[in-house]
Amino acid sequence: MIQAILVFNNHGKPRLVRFYQHFPEEIQQQIVRETFHLVLKRDDNICNFLEGGSLIGGSDYKLIYRHYATLYFVFCVDSSESELGILDLIQVFVETLDKCFENVCELDLIFHMDKVHYILQEVVMGGMVLETNMNEIVAQIEAQNRLEKSEVRQVL
Amino acid sequence: MPAVSKGDGMRGLAVFISDIRNCKSKEAEIKRINKELANIRSKFKGDKALDGYSKKKYVCKLLFIFLLGHDIDFGHMEAVNLLSSNKYTEKQIGYLFISVLVNSNSELIRLINNAIKNDLASRNPTFMCLALHCIANVGSREMGEAFAADIPRILVAGDSMDSVKQSAALCLLRLYKASPDLVPMGEWTARVVHLLNDQHMGVVTAAVSLITCLCKKNPDDFKTCISLAVSRLSRIVSSASTDLQDYTYYFVPAPWLSVKLLRLLQCYPPPEDAAVKGRLVECLETVLNKAQEPPKSKKVQHSNAKNAILFETISLIIHYDSEPNLLVRACNQLGQFLQHRETNLRYLALESMCTLASSEFSHEAVKTHIDTVINALKTERDVSVRQRAADLLYAMCDRSNAKQIVSEMLRYLETADYAIREEIVLKVAILAEKYAVDYSWYVDTILNLIRIAGDYVSEEVWYRVLQIVTNRDDVQGYAAKTVFEALQAPACHENMVKVGGYILGEFGNLIAGDPRSSPPVQFSLLHSKFHLCSVATRALLLSTYIKFINLFPETKATIQGVLRAGSQLRNADVELQQRAVEYLTLSSVASTDVLATVLEEMPPFPERESSILAKLKRKKGPGAGSALDDGRRDASSNDINGGVEPTPSTVSTPSPSADLLGLRAAPPPAAPPAPASAGNLLVDVFDGPAAQPSLGATPEEAFLSELEPPAPESPMALLADPAPAADPGPEDIGPPIPEADELLNKFVCKNNGVLFENQLLQIGVKSEFRQNLGRMYLFYGNKTSVQFQNFSPTVVHPGDLQTQLAVQTKRVAAQVDGGAQVQQVLNIECLRDFLTPPLLSVRFRYGGAPQSLTLKLPVTINKFFQPTEMAAQDFFQRWKQLSLPQQEAQKIFKANHPMDAEVTKAKLLGFGSALLDNVDPNPENFVGAGIIQTKALQVGCLLRLEPNAQAQMYRLTLRTSKEPVSRHLCELLAQQF
Repeated sequence: MIQAILVFNNHGKPRLVRFYQHFPEEIQQQIVRETFHLVLKRDDNICNFLEGGSLIGGSDYKLIYRHYATLYFVFCVDSSESELGILDLIQVFVETLDKCFENVCELDLIFHMDKVHYILQEVVMGGMVLETNMNEIVAQIEAQNRLEKSEVRQVL
Repeated sequence: MPAVSKGDGMRGLAVFISDIRNCKSKEAEIKRINKELANIRSKFKGDKALDGYSKKKYVCKLLFIFLLGHDIDFGHMEAVNLLSSNKYTEKQIGYLFISVLVNSNSELIRLINNAIKNDLASRNPTFMCLALHCIANVGSREMGEAFAADIPRILVAGDSMDSVKQSAALCLLRLYKASPDLVPMGEWTARVVHLLNDQHMGVVTAAVSLITCLCKKNPDDFKTCISLAVSRLSRIVSSASTDLQDYTYYFVPAPWLSVKLLRLLQCYPPPEDAAVKGRLVECLETVLNKAQEPPKSKKVQHSNAKNAILFETISLIIHYDSEPNLLVRACNQLGQFLQHRETNLRYLALESMCTLASSEFSHEAVKTHIDTVINALKTERDVSVRQRAADLLYAMCDRSNAKQIVSEMLRYLETADYAIREEIVLKVAILAEKYAVDYSWYVDTILNLIRIAGDYVSEEVWYRVLQIVTNRDDVQGYAAKTVFEALQAPACHENMVKVGGYILGEFGNLIAGDPRSSPPVQFSLLHSKFHLCSVATRALLLSTYIKFINLFPETKATIQGVLRAGSQLRNADVELQQRAVEYLTLSSVASTDVLATVLEEMPPFPERESSILAKLKRKKGPGAGSALDDGRRDASSNDINGGVEPTPSTVSTPSPSADLLGLRAAPPPAAPPAPASAGNLLVDVFDGPAAQPSLGATPEEAFLSELEPPAPESPMALLADPAPAADPGPEDIGPPIPEADELLNKFVCKNNGVLFENQLLQIGVKSEFRQNLGRMYLFYGNKTSVQFQNFSPTVVHPGDLQTQLAVQTKRVAAQVDGGAQVQQVLNIECLRDFLTPPLLSVRFRYGGAPQSLTLKLPVTINKFFQPTEMAAQDFFQRWKQLSLPQQEAQKIFKANHPMDAEVTKAKLLGFGSALLDNVDPNPENFVGAGIIQTKALQVGCLLRLEPNAQAQMYRLTLRTSKEPVSRHLCELLAQQF
């Protein structure tokens, strides 16, 4: 199961924080900080898995992360998940963001936080993987947008 | 066109975010946020009804503020209102806010549940999905209670849309994980299994996750999934990369689903049906074959996906552990990965090989990679990978390669990352012990460990070497010689001094014949380190010295001189002072025969589980010690553990590896437990609740009480002269006043208040405790208008308490004027667990008449509680570990006070344990956890209080690792309700 999904930039500013287990606000922030310090000091060409996250669950949990340009995508998962599988999942999520935002960049995540959450919700639900097919995910998001547009039109 | 249109966002939101981003400083940002929070608050509170759009905008702002790390304590109600909007976007943001921000035990849950119920019944698939997502994301028990019965119906209904089925499967999985008891099994289970045949791959993926979880508890109910999973897997594996269209990821067909199917199969033994098994083996072979084919793409995603399946296939092969042919192929494949240029693959290969090493079919094959693994340990740039390499070396170690592996690990230790040094030390210590053919190698290895990484050599490790040396007489001479040589080094680690001191004190005579290590040389060598050492080590060395007096009478004069020195006899540390005084007296009064008896060589230690192994297991969780536990590979290897006769005075412990807590759980010896004494330094570290006779402990305790018939209750009498500041003996003070117990009870759950009051005197208490230390302020108020004279409050330790609790007091002025108050400060240190509180005796003259009063000082063992937060799972695991009958104490009693949950909570918190929410399935019950901190040891405590309002009764259960503590805490706490 995925315990948490954290996206932060190269300076540690959180851009997307999603916990699938309730933690109080200050603990969430602490986890983000601690995770940031763990991944920051790692070179880009070493392993994408690390143990850590002492705040979340201890030794059964791993942090699996990928670094894209200015952003780190970190998934905290337990031993029931395949490490390489999660790496693929991160890629699916990022590629989906890229399709939805057309050349996604950090600013898109900042100004469209709600949308990013909705896209993530089509991929991961309650800590479990819902869908890995990118076209299917994009189709769901497009359907949502059509609904949104029709509602805006109604208002007008 | 992008799927997300960037133009039509919410303008106000974008402006706010830009403002925040333009803030030059953290302060400016906080100011801007507070302004916005005030604005939103006023909008929400205002009279004007907000339209859906504004609500949506404000809720979105709150989410953004939350992301920046500010707690949001309002807006929940507005979000709940959005749920019942019939506009999709408003509903959507409402649900998002709730799944990000609502705590599972929020009081809004009922309202939220109502909205969810409506959406689930709406037959609008989009709304249904939103509701299912929300249940899965919050996953609380209340939601489970409300919906667990409906969701299976939605899941298997013929008319549910695929997306709804997908969400329902995962929603059910989440509820089952959170509260398995709420999900009713039934005829739907059979239909869930058939979802493995569903046309829609997304539905299959979700169903596989669900079944994998459900089948762990009810394997028989879901057995039919095996053949379905195998045929699904076979169809995917043999399909061309284009067959599965959208589910093909970088030329790999449905990698995610394949991995999940392979995981599901790992829940079961190999299929019984020959046809199914044949098909599966074929699949596994196909995957292994494909690994050898040239890649269809150079992209890392392609190889990741392909290898994700490959690693899962190898896991399944290892899990079956029955196909030698496949195991060897798996091992060869992993061997290739060990040298792969991708770090991730090297990491995973090392990790998988660890499990492979424990299979008898492949153990030898794994061993052939030893050089590669050693090389990885030396050259990998990434600490996670080096750690895996060390794990693998540990797992592949056996008699044939132990020396090589141990020496490589020792070499690695010199440069190892600090984070993993302690673990490496433990591993080396275990391997050295397990595969020691000659014990001189073992002793060398441990001394090397101390030399290279002394700071990381935990107590368990050096106790263990002492145990083994004590138990094996063939190695004692060698050990004495080696430590003697090691101590020659100008700078040697304190742990080396400890080991050296102990071993020479026991076996120094074995090397005394050599003039280079004659008794005076040994003594001066040890004593040259004395001043650099900590109190604990110095205490140990003092015991070594008294042992020397027995072993080498010629050193007596020198050693007595050392003991007599002011720096010892008047040492500020009570422990050192007491040892010096007692040893000095012992060496002067006792005849040689008595000395020889008292200071005899230590008897062999009774064998139990290696304390190091127990520690490694604690560190790594279950399974960490597998290389030692499995035993099947190397059944005869427990030479050290098995070769020693247990001493007759103790009950041998059952099944050494049965209990994770290991030593703490060992039953107490059958012989009456020796009274804890000043010398408990070593007794306790061996962890038994009442341990064997030990250096410096019981022997002289017994000796003293024999020699001092006039004051059998007071071994302290001996101390009275050299330590003039010592407390008066218990016989000097009267018994506690009758209400002393009652007064004490008032302070079990609080630290401040009035301890005592009569017409003359009021005594107030203010205290604070941290870990095993405490400071207490006593305020003595003279209520009369006449001066008290000879005012003298003293603290007395009845019985053994002196050794359990150290209380330092300052004298107070002998006169207390009428109406005045004097303050006395007490510094308290809890040395080990204790049952009786110290006494406070107050004596003074009032108008010429002597007054005296004895109270119990409000210091109870629970004051040294440190609360521990833990999740339900950990709690239950520990609860189970403490399942010996003597570890539990239970009381059922009538409520003496009104049963108010808040008051009870406050009392439990005051008692010192942490209160754990969401652990007990019954929300009425209270569950707590904490650790009692004492200097010598820590006692983990779990407690559970079950109120029964109807009967006005409580049931209180305490579990701790020490029997008297459980009982005592239970009694203390039971009186509070």
